[in-house]
Amino acid sequence: MIRPDAPLLLEIRDLHARVEDQPILKGVNLSVRAGEIHAVMGRNGSGKSTLSKLLAGHPAYSVTGGSVLFRGQDLLALQPEQRARIGVFLGFQYPVEIPGVSNLEFLRVATNARRVERGDEELDTFAFEDLVRERLKLVQMDPAFLERSVNEGFSGGEKKRNEILQMALLEPLVAILDETDSGLDIDALRIVAGGVCQLAGPDNATLLITHYQRLLDLITPDYVHVMAAGRILRTGGKELAVELERSGYDWVDQEVA
Amino acid sequence: MSTATVSDLVSQPYKHGFVTDIETEKIPKGLSEDVVRLISSKKDEPEFLLRFRLRAYRQWLQMAEPDWAALGHPRIDYQNIIYYAAPKQQEKKASLDEVDPKLLETFEKLGIPLSEQKRLSNVAVDAVFDSVSIATTYREKLAEHGVIFCSISEAVKDYPELVEKYLGSVVPGNDNYFAALNSAVFSDGSFVFIPKGVECPMELSTYFRINSADTGQFERTLIVAEEGASVSYLEGCTAPMFDTNQLHAAVVELVVLDDASIKYSTVQNWYAGDENGVGGIYNFVTKRGQCRGDRSRISWTQVETGSAITWKYPSCVLQGADSVGEFYSVALTNNHQQADTGTKMIHVGARTRSTIVSKGISAGHSSNSYRGLVQMGAKAIGAKNYSQCDSMLIGDQAAANTYPYIRSQQPDAVVEHEASTCRISADQLFYLQSRGIGFEEAVSMMVSGFCRDVFNQLPMEFAAEADKLLALKLEGSVG
Repeated sequence: MIRPDAPLLLEIRDLHARVEDQPILKGVNLSVRAGEIHAVMGRNGSGKSTLSKLLAGHPAYSVTGGSVLFRGQDLLALQPEQRARIGVFLGFQYPVEIPGVSNLEFLRVATNARRVERGDEELDTFAFEDLVRERLKLVQMDPAFLERSVNEGFSGGEKKRNEILQMALLEPLVAILDETDSGLDIDALRIVAGGVCQLAGPDNATLLITHYQRLLDLITPDYVHVMAAGRILRTGGKELAVELERSGYDWVDQEVA
Repeated sequence: MSTATVSDLVSQPYKHGFVTDIETEKIPKGLSEDVVRLISSKKDEPEFLLRFRLRAYRQWLQMAEPDWAALGHPRIDYQNIIYYAAPKQQEKKASLDEVDPKLLETFEKLGIPLSEQKRLSNVAVDAVFDSVSIATTYREKLAEHGVIFCSISEAVKDYPELVEKYLGSVVPGNDNYFAALNSAVFSDGSFVFIPKGVECPMELSTYFRINSADTGQFERTLIVAEEGASVSYLEGCTAPMFDTNQLHAAVVELVVLDDASIKYSTVQNWYAGDENGVGGIYNFVTKRGQCRGDRSRISWTQVETGSAITWKYPSCVLQGADSVGEFYSVALTNNHQQADTGTKMIHVGARTRSTIVSKGISAGHSSNSYRGLVQMGAKAIGAKNYSQCDSMLIGDQAAANTYPYIRSQQPDAVVEHEASTCRISADQLFYLQSRGIGFEEAVSMMVSGFCRDVFNQLPMEFAAEADKLLALKLEGSVG
């Protein structure tokens, strides 16, 4: 939903970044307002995954230029945990397994960290169980998942659903979903996309990182950006995704060259 | 947020490193037959005990320090150690009011309040300061149930026949180099006797505190559970920070008769030395329990976080039919700490069962080895063992080793061994952080999750304490 007067949540200006000595982002500009759904598309190596991890504060990437403002605040100055607490969420392409740490406990500690930041009361074990059971329905997950270690032994689809569950609990203002559709069969894809659509509202924004059109059949973006060689090459409406699906990325190569 | 930062995180200052300024009576440094006699006479011991000490001392002279463990340290100069040090106070006071307030303060500072008003309501405590026990709480209440809980020195005076019957019956005076040394010079420790059919009404606990520099601590603990009796016992230990190494060579003996059980837990936090490996306690300990009776049970749980060197193998001799031995261990090493620890499960009787769960966490430049023996004797028909040894590495300078020894003379016995090694990865930390969980809490959650199987075995009052202790070791500024 595009509303020109909606508050600006994320402002990325001329962002440059590298991993080790390799420059990856070479001047990314992107503005995201509340209520919007953006899709960032592009080939592997175009820099779209780097962009998402960098926004969440992954230590492997260093910023060499430009700025990122989150509701006017310098996002890049914050530790990853602080970014999460103020409402930036990264849905991982490959959610990490953490043996020994109970999923339920993990979800509760994470949820409370965000709640405290918002000035809400921390939830005790019982109140949290009520909340989590309600949110589980959104991703059609079996409560048995709560008793297991974080992502340990989860199938690809279960891991992605666990990501959306976390998103549902943390209620972020900006959700960045990195290749959330990869490795999902059609049923799991529908559940995940359904969850994302239900969580998208007038006060938050979603950034979908993907290279396939199929996710965008289920979640209609307001904007589609095409990334190549570390920059956003073109921005358009949802028809741009359709065009990409038809003609592929070859034209991108020509434009970059 | 590399693993190097995690290493910084685990290098935290030791919080129990203070020294109590108190007048201490010490004997001169060095060890000889005269010193052994002197210790015995200071404690006014009966003849049998002096003979026990002298026999052990003479055997010790013939023995060599063991060198098979994966440990390296400069030669210990046994003539440069003080073998007896005690706060000056004529004899053990009948009432706590008469105990030097400085001593009470010391224990209070360590989180072990002894006074009537503040003491823990469901735990009886024996507080040992350098070579002597200074107070034991709830003695009368325990006596009502026939339970004896006192220092071993008092037991020698008040219950000589029990001490003579059981002392050295599980760990003989010449068992090994350090046990022989302990048998010759042991100063104090705890004595517990649970009579037939009695379930000890409260947790028993001994807190060992080394205070003097250059003093060795050689405590001796003896716990006997008669038929059908049961007890849960916990020991804790701390020491000040000195830049010299101090020797701690303890012996613990457990005797369990038919249908009886002893649960023995340790939270060891001796001073570990500084980040360059200077100072710290050399901890050479012999702990062994004997399941003499049928259906008897011994469970060892240890959380080892301190000491420059740990050499310790709490063991079970499973003699009685259907007896059960358990060993649950968490060993955390950091900086230049070295630990070579594990257990021995000696299956003698039929259908004896044992479980070993060992969790080693190595950070810094430390080395952490699990060494365990599972032995199935010829008569151990239907005996079973299950062992699980997991190691967690923090940083890339630490070492973890596993040395499982299995000997079986009984084709019908079942021995299972599982082992794993893992590392806290930067990706795992980032994942937790990206959900709003702070760096320190993230590390602590992962370590705590890794140790959960063992912490679950600790008495409830202490499980939280152990978790806190590990968190403390992991606490610090985020780099």
